[in-house]
Amino acid sequence: MSDFTDLTLASARAGLAARKFSAVELTKAHIAAIEGARDLNAFITETPDKALEMAQVSDARLARGEGGVLEGLPIAIKDLFCTKDVLTTAASHILDGFKPPYESTITQKLWDAGATCLGKLNLDEFAMGSSNMTSYYGPVINPWTRAGDNRQLVPGGSSGGSAASVAARLALAATGTDTGGSIRQPAGFCGIVGLKPTYGRCSRWGVVAFASSLDQAGPMTRTVEDAAIMLGVMAGHDPKDSTSAPLAVPDFAAALTGDIRGLRVGIPKEYRVDGMPAEIEALWQQGIDWLKAAGATPVEISLPMTKHALPTYYIIAPAEASANLSRYDGVRFGLRVPGGSLDEMYENTRAAGFGAEVKRRVLIGAYVLSAGYYDAYYLKAQRLRTLIARDFDQAFEKCDVILTPTAPSAAFALGEKMDDPLAMYLNDVFTVPVNLAGLPGISVPAGLSADGLPLGLQVIGRAFDEETMIRAAGVLETAANFTAKPGRA
Amino acid sequence: MSLDKATVARIATLARIKVPEADLEALGQELNKILHWVEQLDQVDTTGVEPMTSVAAMTLPLRPDWVTDGDRVDDILKNAPNAMHGFFTVPKVVE
Amino acid sequence: MFSSNVPMREETLIEGRTGKWEVIIGLEVHAQVTTDSKLFSGAATAFGADPNTQVSPVDAGFPGMLPVINAVAVEKAVKTGLGLNAQINQVSVFDRKNYFYADLPTGYQISQYQQPIVGKGRLTLDMPDGSTREVGVTRLHLEQDAGKSLHDQSPTMTFVDLNRAGVALMEIVSEPDMRSAEEAGAYLKKLRSILRYLGTCDGNMEEGSMRCDCNVSVRRPGEGLGTRNEIKNVNSIRFVMQAIEYEARRQIEVLEDGGTIKQETRLFDSGRGITRAMRSKEEAHDYRYFPDPDLLPLVLDPALIERVKASMPELPDAKKARLIADLKLSPYDAGVLVAEQSTAHFFEVVAKGRDAKLAANWVTGDLFGALNKLGLGIEASPISAEALGGLIDLIADNTISGKIAKDVFLAMLETGKSAGEIVESQGLRQVTDTGAIEKSIDEILAAHTDKVSEYRSGKDKLFGFFVGQVMKATGGKANPALLNDLLRKKLAP
Repeated sequence: MSDFTDLTLASARAGLAARKFSAVELTKAHIAAIEGARDLNAFITETPDKALEMAQVSDARLARGEGGVLEGLPIAIKDLFCTKDVLTTAASHILDGFKPPYESTITQKLWDAGATCLGKLNLDEFAMGSSNMTSYYGPVINPWTRAGDNRQLVPGGSSGGSAASVAARLALAATGTDTGGSIRQPAGFCGIVGLKPTYGRCSRWGVVAFASSLDQAGPMTRTVEDAAIMLGVMAGHDPKDSTSAPLAVPDFAAALTGDIRGLRVGIPKEYRVDGMPAEIEALWQQGIDWLKAAGATPVEISLPMTKHALPTYYIIAPAEASANLSRYDGVRFGLRVPGGSLDEMYENTRAAGFGAEVKRRVLIGAYVLSAGYYDAYYLKAQRLRTLIARDFDQAFEKCDVILTPTAPSAAFALGEKMDDPLAMYLNDVFTVPVNLAGLPGISVPAGLSADGLPLGLQVIGRAFDEETMIRAAGVLETAANFTAKPGRA
Repeated sequence: MSLDKATVARIATLARIKVPEADLEALGQELNKILHWVEQLDQVDTTGVEPMTSVAAMTLPLRPDWVTDGDRVDDILKNAPNAMHGFFTVPKVVE
Repeated sequence: MFSSNVPMREETLIEGRTGKWEVIIGLEVHAQVTTDSKLFSGAATAFGADPNTQVSPVDAGFPGMLPVINAVAVEKAVKTGLGLNAQINQVSVFDRKNYFYADLPTGYQISQYQQPIVGKGRLTLDMPDGSTREVGVTRLHLEQDAGKSLHDQSPTMTFVDLNRAGVALMEIVSEPDMRSAEEAGAYLKKLRSILRYLGTCDGNMEEGSMRCDCNVSVRRPGEGLGTRNEIKNVNSIRFVMQAIEYEARRQIEVLEDGGTIKQETRLFDSGRGITRAMRSKEEAHDYRYFPDPDLLPLVLDPALIERVKASMPELPDAKKARLIADLKLSPYDAGVLVAEQSTAHFFEVVAKGRDAKLAANWVTGDLFGALNKLGLGIEASPISAEALGGLIDLIADNTISGKIAKDVFLAMLETGKSAGEIVESQGLRQVTDTGAIEKSIDEILAAHTDKVSEYRSGKDKLFGFFVGQVMKATGGKANPALLNDLLRKKLAP
């Protein structure tokens, strides 16, 4: 880690504006960091030449006083966002060689704002997972290790590469996507900030779809302020996405006033789950105390449907995914495994191209939608979803934000929880309900486990009220004063 | 609901994913485990509850009828495993 | 599908070897909506472009692509629903219909399953014998068309062109109310006519902008419904009628031989005039319909519906009724004239302020005959409606006879000149001068006294001979009515 790579987005921006250093210097430092950290396997595709080219353009713009909001700042992109003419894989064998002839709306906004592209980040295949162990390109290694233990740990998932790269100071910020917790949970495991906006706040155009009614892109950064800056660029109505909200983008960074006096913070009693580690319970309580000290009022709330959220999610998400992944068939892009007939080609290609977890979910999805089972599974789950959303609506009559732990544990070791898909699914118990209700959620690094691993706290906001959520998260961040860094950052 | 091997094979065909005969049993067990777990939702009373149509509280936006895309055959074909004479090609289908 | 509302009609039954059979027919028409761009993407829809040149990454099912619905397609679906006297559903939902095929890039078709944009309606058939009959329409929904697979370009490969993938289709489903191939033909003719009047589909079956799936079953009169077979993608009205005839007889033969009808999907082989089962493994498809999460429910703004209502043209049935009531045309003539909106419009210009029957005769007789010979549609008629009207005026005011008018008409076709110009330049004005005609008659009678005697002794047929002679002598210009009158008087004993 150099001085350059330990900056925040905000301070790097200030430094560039003050001509303390150039965008090219900044980018070079990050390229070197990436080269030195290849063992983390955070990147699927590094784009150093492109980054330097963009940095040069940025320096010219900055010299003319024409810099955009992110001018010259090196960031990395989860390999789920289509980047024009740059390999985009969704961490899957089935997208071998795919170079999109188009740029996703979000990454285009980031480039238009002047950011430079360090490369495409590793993830769980097709964003399905909570550990980044299902990637065709191999697992990502968490830059954090347990005290006195050098076993490799998972960074969480699916945005594992994004979380690891930001935590290891390989990029100033990264984009992630979150369908059931895929930004927040890895942010928690890696000690960084991860923000999932309200469904519809960011465009999904050009983002490889996993579960259309749940997917949302969001920023992953080292500070809440940086997340607010990134979100301001990433968000906005996109007419190419029919689910994109036609709402103006507020000044998210301006929401960081530090003042939460009178804010009502909901504490959902059902989030106190059986077997929750004591240290997480303690951290949660610590978070409540911090907010109280800053003038907020904790309020006990009830979200009775909480325990049904995971099974509801694991019906709806696979169902939508099963249809979204039908286009990966060897005809127009990616891997093709030959077959004697069209159907044989499909079957061979998809069997070879998809990993085990993806196959499981596609099959579950096909099953729950199939004739005779649609009502019992899919329709039932959609009714549950209405109830889960209603829980939050009712809770938000009594509070303005909700505080919960981000995950039921700290990062676990590579290879753990692989025998049982269900064990892996339980990682998302605190994050999934938020996606089902379409609400915004943010994970803030709040403390360390006994093993010295990061633990995060989650703040959930009302729909399209990221500002209040960010405000509360900012106060939490200040109070937590999380300055720990991974040993190898 | 428990899936037997035949059902797993049928779903695999629906999803166009080849599952070798030898793997059907194990896969079935994995899927069953997940299905049994999600079936706990049967316990919840959802009478009178409407299925959620979308978390986005809006209705479908309409787009003007303008030609704004297409005319980019190279872009469309350049990632194809086997494009020929401007077409995609696949193993022949007999109707 | 229930068809119990339609009572059995003896005259529609088919005579089998062992007795009579009733044929139950339902039609599903896929009509391409006339829009510039596709249903969910901005790619163009024009027919005949080079392969894959009218394809957006959205149509090609590339990763991350999303659908956005075309406002005009929605309006035209509403307009068509109104033209079918159907219920417009203010809220409708788009669903994914999941299956795998080479011309379906996303592996699902965006369609509408349980909540279509248009509900029940009806259509009136005009039968050849002049009678009408009503057929129910079950529903109309919007959906994407698929691309095109070409199987005959290579021995080992199928070629795929996605130009058509994503074009807006209206699927119009009839109630199984039809009982004969003839009724099916009449249904398609009327539906096509309405679509063309509304400008929502050009109804061009040869180019594939309107295709028909025919559902056919047979049963003994009074019994329950038989197993139906679906004959897919028949692309002409004539073929639809042939296919239905063949399929009905095929099913009857199977049943009379003691067999059962298997539910099959079939194709019509127009070369051999037969239907045959599709060779692909036809297990019942499990389409796993579910609401498309990329699209929200479509909620129609009442203002949109009102706007579409206000833009409705007079449709064929209403126009026909008006022509019969106001212009006193026969149902037959009126029916012929309203079949195409352009014809009706042409006729109305010709008939304005003129004898409607005369106008109808000229349009449907001479003009249609000429256009057929030239292979032209009425939009390309060398004689304009105004010009034809001008010709009729000259007949009405006795300037020329109807017979001369036919010659003038031909000259108008050839030269593009007006009737008036041609009559003047060729001196074709009718002779109505009584004196002149009398003089001619006297000359002819004087030259054929023997024939005059024969006529007066009873050979009535000779009247025509005298008419012919006077006509020849006057260069065909003697006013026939006057000539007849005067000749009779002069020939009277």
